[in-house]
This record gives sequence, C-alpha cells and structure tokens, in this order.
Amino acid sequence: MKVLSFLFNSSIGRKFAMALTGIFLITFLLVHCGVNATIFFNDGGETFNEAAEFMGTNWLIRTMEIGLFIGLLWHIFQGLWLWQNNGMRRKQKYGKSAGNANSTWYSRSMGLLGTLLLLFLVLHLKHFWIVSRFTDEITSGQETLYGEMMEVFGADGLISVVVYVLGCISLSYHLLHGFQSAFQSLGINHPAYNPIIKSLGFGFSIIVPLIFAAMPLAMHLGLLQ
Amino acid sequence: MENEMKIKLKVWRQENEKAQGKFEEYDVNTNPDMSFLEMFDVLNEQLITEGKDPVAFDHDCREGICGMCSMVIDGRPHGPKGGITTCQLHMRSFNNGDTISVEPWRANSFPVIKDLSVNRSSFDRIIAAGGFVSVNTGNAVDANSILIPKETADKAFEAATCIGCGACVSACKNASAMLFVGAKVTQLALLPQGQAEREARVVAMVNQMDAEGFGACSNTGACAAECPKEIPLSVIATLNREYMKAKMNGK
Repeated sequence: MKVLSFLFNSSIGRKFAMALTGIFLITFLLVHCGVNATIFFNDGGETFNEAAEFMGTNWLIRTMEIGLFIGLLWHIFQGLWLWQNNGMRRKQKYGKSAGNANSTWYSRSMGLLGTLLLLFLVLHLKHFWIVSRFTDEITSGQETLYGEMMEVFGADGLISVVVYVLGCISLSYHLLHGFQSAFQSLGINHPAYNPIIKSLGFGFSIIVPLIFAAMPLAMHLGLLQ
Repeated sequence: MENEMKIKLKVWRQENEKAQGKFEEYDVNTNPDMSFLEMFDVLNEQLITEGKDPVAFDHDCREGICGMCSMVIDGRPHGPKGGITTCQLHMRSFNNGDTISVEPWRANSFPVIKDLSVNRSSFDRIIAAGGFVSVNTGNAVDANSILIPKETADKAFEAATCIGCGACVSACKNASAMLFVGAKVTQLALLPQGQAEREARVVAMVNQMDAEGFGACSNTGACAAECPKEIPLSVIATLNREYMKAKMNGK
C-alpha cells in the first residue's frame, strides 16, 4: 500500500484522487439520470418504479452503492481539505485582483459549489434514499418511489423544487470545470483529445443537470400523471 | 507638452517581511513612451528629492529575459498585457489620469523583502532538489553527438523559456507553483540528457514544492494566462503524468 500513499500525502496525489473519484461520480450521474428520466414516459411511474425496484434489490447494484458512498465521501472530504488548505497559501490578500481576466469564476469556486451540492445532497438523501432504505414505506407497498417523488415535488413542494433547481445549477457549474479538470489532473492533455474532452464535458454539464432539473419542475407543474 | 501623462499610483509599501504594509498614493508625471519601470525610476527620483524612502522593486535586464521584475499591476501579474514582463510594459498601455495599483507577488512562499520586492528563493530550492542534469566534466561534447528530433527539441525549448519569475504563483488562487515545476520537469523529461534522473527528479521537486508551502493545482488556468513566456497548461498535465509514473514505479 506504500506505493499508493501519495494519494493522501502529496498535492498531485490528492488531485489525482479528486479526479478519479470525480470521474466515478460522473458515471454515476449518467446512470442516475438515465434511470430517473424514465418518469418522462408519463406512464404513471410504472417503468420508473420497476427500474427503482431493480436498482434497490440487485446485489451488484447494492454492492456498487457501497463503492459509490466511499467515492463520494472521499471526494467530499478530500475536496473540503484542499479547499481549506489551498485557501491558506496566501495570508496577505491582494488589494486589487482581476481574477476574471485569467480564469472563470466557477473554476475558482469549486469548493463553494461543492459545498452547495453537499447541502443539497443531504436534503436529497433524506427525501428519497433514507425513505427507501431505512423505512418500510416502499418495501411494504404502502408507497412507490414515484409516489414519493410526486409527494415531495407536488403542489405543496415549491420550496423543494426551488432547492432542487438550485442544486442542479450548482451541479452544472461544478461539472463545467470539474469534467475537463479531472482529465488534466490525470495528465491527459493533448491537442488530439482536448477538443473531445472539452465538448463532451460542456455537453454533459449542461444536458444532465437540465434533465435532472426538469423532473421536479415537470411534477410540480402537473405535466406528469 | 502633448506627450505628457499624469497618473496616480497606489503602491504597496512595506518596511520588511514582518511589518504591516499599506498602500501609499503618489502622483507621477510620465509620458507614453516610458516603460513601467522607467516610470518607477521617475517616481523614485522624485521621492529621493523630497527626502523620502524610494520604492524597492526588483529589476535587472529590463528586456524580458531575466525574470526579476515582479509587480502585480491593477490585479494582474506583469500588468494588463499578455505575454510580456513588467519591464516590457509601457505607459502607452494606460490613459492619462489613470489610477494604477501596484502590489508585490503575494504568496506565503514568497515573503516580502521590502515594498514590491519578494524573496523567491523557494524556487531556487525546488530547482536544487532536482531541476538539473548531472554531467561529467571535461571537454564540451560535440553538439550533434546526441541526436534529438526537431519536434522534441522545440517542445523542450517551449518549456525551457520559463524565466522563473513567479507570475504563475502570484496569479494562482492557491499560490501554486505547478506551472513553474511543470515547465522544468517537462523540459528535462523530453531530452535524452534528463533521462537518468527522470523519476527521482520529479518526486524530489514535487516534495520540495509541497514543503515550501505552495498550494495544489485547481486547473483554473490563471497561471498559463498570466505567464509572460506563455508556458502552456499542458506542462502541468505532463508533470502530473511524470509524477504518477514515478510513484507507480515505487519512487
């Protein structure tokens, strides 16, 4: 294990860990978005409930869920550590700084955007993950996951909808920098691949959060049965 | 006179490393053809005449190759123009009546010596840790005895143009030295002379960089955007790759 200790004790190793866990979380987003998008079949949540049932009971998915939480926690704690640590490297701040002249605001605000995402995530897990894993509401058949979504985002769920949309906006900006930054941290920067990474990253960062944001909006506005 | 130009300078004054610094305002009569450092010479003449302490600032070659000049002008290292050092900046880049703020490089690893002059010996210690090649002494080797493809030589030269001024550190929100270290590691990793110490070098230089208190890289790209020699961000990717490879090999 000594060979991997650099992941925890060097600046480059820590960024390498951020990149690996980040790309892992990106693949999770893709699956999560794909499964949830089945609500747009507008079949009263039938397909979605079936997919949710499969994701909740399949042993492979359940095992990967453990990996997902390890990756997520690693990304969160390492990210917070870097944010705090990097912030101490310039004790005397500039009187006048022109950050926008050389970089984007969101690339300089990954710690803040990540923290907003974390706050959103706490609420999100409380809404759906805890209900489906730690209560018998869904397993006992009293309620379906789709029904749960309808309840959270329905007519009385304006605050939840607003929080979720803000969460998606944070996610979009976090990804706009994070997606391509992960490849740079892994040492992948080459004129032949850069355009693919850039355009793929841009598309992903806009489309995936947009689909996610459309879910609570569609439910709140009564566009889904 | 038509060419006359009056500006207001807000300059950071700090007695020494430990002292509390503050901005002081000065009116300077200059002209558009003066370089930024010549304008400072005029200010210092003025201060000396008034019996005041002149502003300390670093400079040497005044032609953009030594890497000594180090001013953050209106929030940007080496001023508002891209691809030049402070000494290559001219007053024609500003307007008559402008207020210009001038600060030193700010990073814990670059302590202020006095006013605008900072101590960059942390860079020297990174180079001493591994930024060199070991060669036998004796007669100089014939220039063409080791063949290097033109493309490789060009890439190595692109990285070698780094003058070690520290603008990358001063521009980075984390005060990271990754562009500087990346340039040195890339240059030597590309050339046959750098192969013997390749893995040991990158590990030693990164260890020193971390020990000096520079931050980690957030890939914002600010360093490359402000680099007077336009060193590309790809040298940081190369540094990451070289470091990972060395670590995976148990170095």
